[in-house]
Amino acid sequence: MGAVLLLLVVSAVTFAIFFLVPRLGGQTADQLATQYVGKDANPESVAAIKKNLGLDQPVYEQYWNFIKGLVAGADYRFGPDATHCSAPCFGYSFKSHIEVWPQLEQRIPVSFSLAVGAAVIWLVSGVTTGVISALRKGKPIDRISMFIALAGVSLPIFFTGQILLALFVYEIPIWDSIDYVPFTENPAEWAWHLMLPWISLAFLFSALYARLTRAGMLETMNEDYIRTARAKGLKETTVVTKHGLRSALTPIVTIFGMDFGTLVGTAVLTETVFSLQGIGAYSVQAIKDNDLPIVMGVTLVAAFFIVFCNLIVDLVYAAIDPRVRYS
Amino acid sequence: MKTRRVTAGVASVLALSLGAAACGGGGDDNDGGGNGKKDAALNSIVNASDKKGGTVTYEHSDVPDSLDPGNTYYGWVQNFSRLYGRTLTTFKPAAGKEGLEVVPDLAESLGKSSPDAKTWTYKLRAGVKFQDGTPVTSKDVKYAIERSNFAPEALSNGPTYFKAYLEGGDKYQGPYKDKSADGIKSIETPDDRTIVFKLKQPFADFDYLATFSQTAPVPKAKDTGAKYVQAIQSSGPYQFQSYEEGRGATLVRNKNWDPKTDPIRKALPDKISIKFKVNPVTVDNNLISDKITADAAGTGVQPQTQPKVLRGKLAGQTDSSYAGATQYIALNVNVKPFDNEHCRKAVQWGLDKQSVLDAMGGSPKGDVATTLLPPSVNGYTKFDTYATDGHKGDAAKAKAELKACGQPNGFNTILTARSDRPAEVAAATAVQASLKKIGINIEIKQFPSGKYFSNFAGVPSYVHENKLGMLSMAWGADWPTGYGFLDQIVNGAAIKPSGGNNLMELDDPKINKALTDAIANTDDAARTKAWGDIDKMVLDNASVVPLIYRKNLLLRPTSANNVTVTQAYLGMYDYLLMSSSK
Repeated sequence: MGAVLLLLVVSAVTFAIFFLVPRLGGQTADQLATQYVGKDANPESVAAIKKNLGLDQPVYEQYWNFIKGLVAGADYRFGPDATHCSAPCFGYSFKSHIEVWPQLEQRIPVSFSLAVGAAVIWLVSGVTTGVISALRKGKPIDRISMFIALAGVSLPIFFTGQILLALFVYEIPIWDSIDYVPFTENPAEWAWHLMLPWISLAFLFSALYARLTRAGMLETMNEDYIRTARAKGLKETTVVTKHGLRSALTPIVTIFGMDFGTLVGTAVLTETVFSLQGIGAYSVQAIKDNDLPIVMGVTLVAAFFIVFCNLIVDLVYAAIDPRVRYS
Repeated sequence: MKTRRVTAGVASVLALSLGAAACGGGGDDNDGGGNGKKDAALNSIVNASDKKGGTVTYEHSDVPDSLDPGNTYYGWVQNFSRLYGRTLTTFKPAAGKEGLEVVPDLAESLGKSSPDAKTWTYKLRAGVKFQDGTPVTSKDVKYAIERSNFAPEALSNGPTYFKAYLEGGDKYQGPYKDKSADGIKSIETPDDRTIVFKLKQPFADFDYLATFSQTAPVPKAKDTGAKYVQAIQSSGPYQFQSYEEGRGATLVRNKNWDPKTDPIRKALPDKISIKFKVNPVTVDNNLISDKITADAAGTGVQPQTQPKVLRGKLAGQTDSSYAGATQYIALNVNVKPFDNEHCRKAVQWGLDKQSVLDAMGGSPKGDVATTLLPPSVNGYTKFDTYATDGHKGDAAKAKAELKACGQPNGFNTILTARSDRPAEVAAATAVQASLKKIGINIEIKQFPSGKYFSNFAGVPSYVHENKLGMLSMAWGADWPTGYGFLDQIVNGAAIKPSGGNNLMELDDPKINKALTDAIANTDDAARTKAWGDIDKMVLDNASVVPLIYRKNLLLRPTSANNVTVTQAYLGMYDYLLMSSSK
């Protein structure tokens, strides 16, 4: 219920920013409609577009119609006959007059694939590096790891991405091109073609996670219960993985849920550098075009992923930390 | 020692990758397989070949307004859509000036005009079919024009010249609202192969209008309005195998296209693919490394790629073509002090145009302009009303004009530019610096290009209220004649409450009449001469300050065959001819 309410608030705020604020700023419905008429704006075409997009209605009515469409679907007329847009209906693009939801449906797997692969890499490499660094504090491997982590945090994705492209697509063409191949079509090709975007994205996040894990592990490994575990004669791997890492993982899981959820809708730079047609790049195009229904759609999808991932995080908490288990 | 080795390794990787980024394959020893010399495709067909097969691959850094021939205004889509849509007439797929020639396509011959140029008749070729084998009829052409010009509630992207010129065009509600069998009455289809257009005013350029993708036939039964783009019915040599909105498309051979009905298309490639929203730098790198055949946008490589391709062997694969567009400054005649002709002339004489060109990127980006019409448009006449040494301006003449306009010490004004067009902003800055020398102090105001015409520069009330005296503008012809270029920007009828393109608000009865008279003249030579004369009238009025004739720096990959620049489509390559050795 809370999640639904949150999504409703997000939709209302987004709607207000993109629909209400321009009106408050003095833009008339005609001026808004003129943006969607193409180069040849004349009074008739502006009036027709204004009516068909509902821009002649009060803003609250436009919002109500949007919410109604999400739940019950809506009817539109962008051709010889009226067509029904079934729920969840995010409306029609103001620019192309094509339904928004099928466009999002095509792009969500791209962004999700990008986030999943990168997350696996950064989790494994980041946490492993962090643990090793913490256990070898002050040793060369710790210093090298943290130097690389610092570089990872410092280098922007549009730099590392371009370097990877220049090296492995153009100079030593291991990859002929970077395309998205659906997982259901060919899992091996899916992974192969996404490898470079995964690596460039994971490079940034691994660095963050390595530093976070290292800090958590350093703190945990100095706790009394770790000393007790060692005194009991437990193996060092058991002490590290079962007692040390498990405790240090709690903040990592929290931040991972947020990062992953956010990344699905906002990996704009990676998608742009590697020309992947995900929802992040789609939202940038929509903002550029002032294509408000798409902006609404992307925002809600992105917000949904963040809410959903946080829900998962809560469940994972219960699994790794006995103190938060429901009785 | 170990640290040094690591450092050396990291340095090598970085150097290698930066080198790759900087050179981007520029060291390729392949001379282009006969790819010729620099600018070879401007006046000849490079890598001419009759070999069938292969795949032509296009990429584009953006998305089209629509690939639906009835819902597009983009020049590159007009060029590209000829692969799957046959229009009544089209531009000859040929090199150089020949490419500006209009030839019959779906029609047997060019339009037969009545003596007053108000009635135009076309007869369709026999045997032309849609991809499903249905014969193409004149009713399909009529329907295509109806949906594209009269249904803005669904298809709002394209131009509406047919609506403007057809008799009763202002009353017809379009095929989605007016379900009567007759449709618009001023397009007659007496039989399946004849189509007659009745215009409300003489219009001698009608054969050019018939080249628009809007005359590509659409079967009424298959029309789904805005969704038609997802299932376009081809009448050309290729049909859509797949289409993904905003992502790309693949075209394969249309088995129902009969080459005997089509004397202008060779249709050499087996397959054509196009991909949208590719990072612009990636598009350039893919061209350089021969991974694709062409950049569909046809506007040339990115500024950061220019140094790579202007040096070494890649230079031989470039073509610097006129983009059919002029960058200029509109001086609004209703904003003081530009209501005074002498103040306008002070700007004309005082401006250092060479510095503006330099600021915009120098010769690869264009040539200094002295006329409004660019050289690649029919009717261009070379002249320079405000000629100065090296285009650097003449301060003495400018000051004399300032004195004549009652502003001997200069004046303050505002110049607009589109914030997301760096070259335009750079030009505005150069104009500001140049005119400061004669006492004209300019404040630059920037606006986003998406709302430039709808909310700001194209809204006279906003322009007057905010005293926007100088407005940056660039314009390319809708069709490459003087009328196609000038009518929308200098005719008083083109002044609109918003979204207008006549930013000077020029409403000179003499110029308006000259345009009307010229377009009614069926004598081609006299009409062509008239465009140059009108251009001179506009420059005499001094409300337009031409800055540069824009150019595209195009790159031909080594695998691209039959490459030539078409001036009819804004100086991009002719996509009807293009094939690939891959």
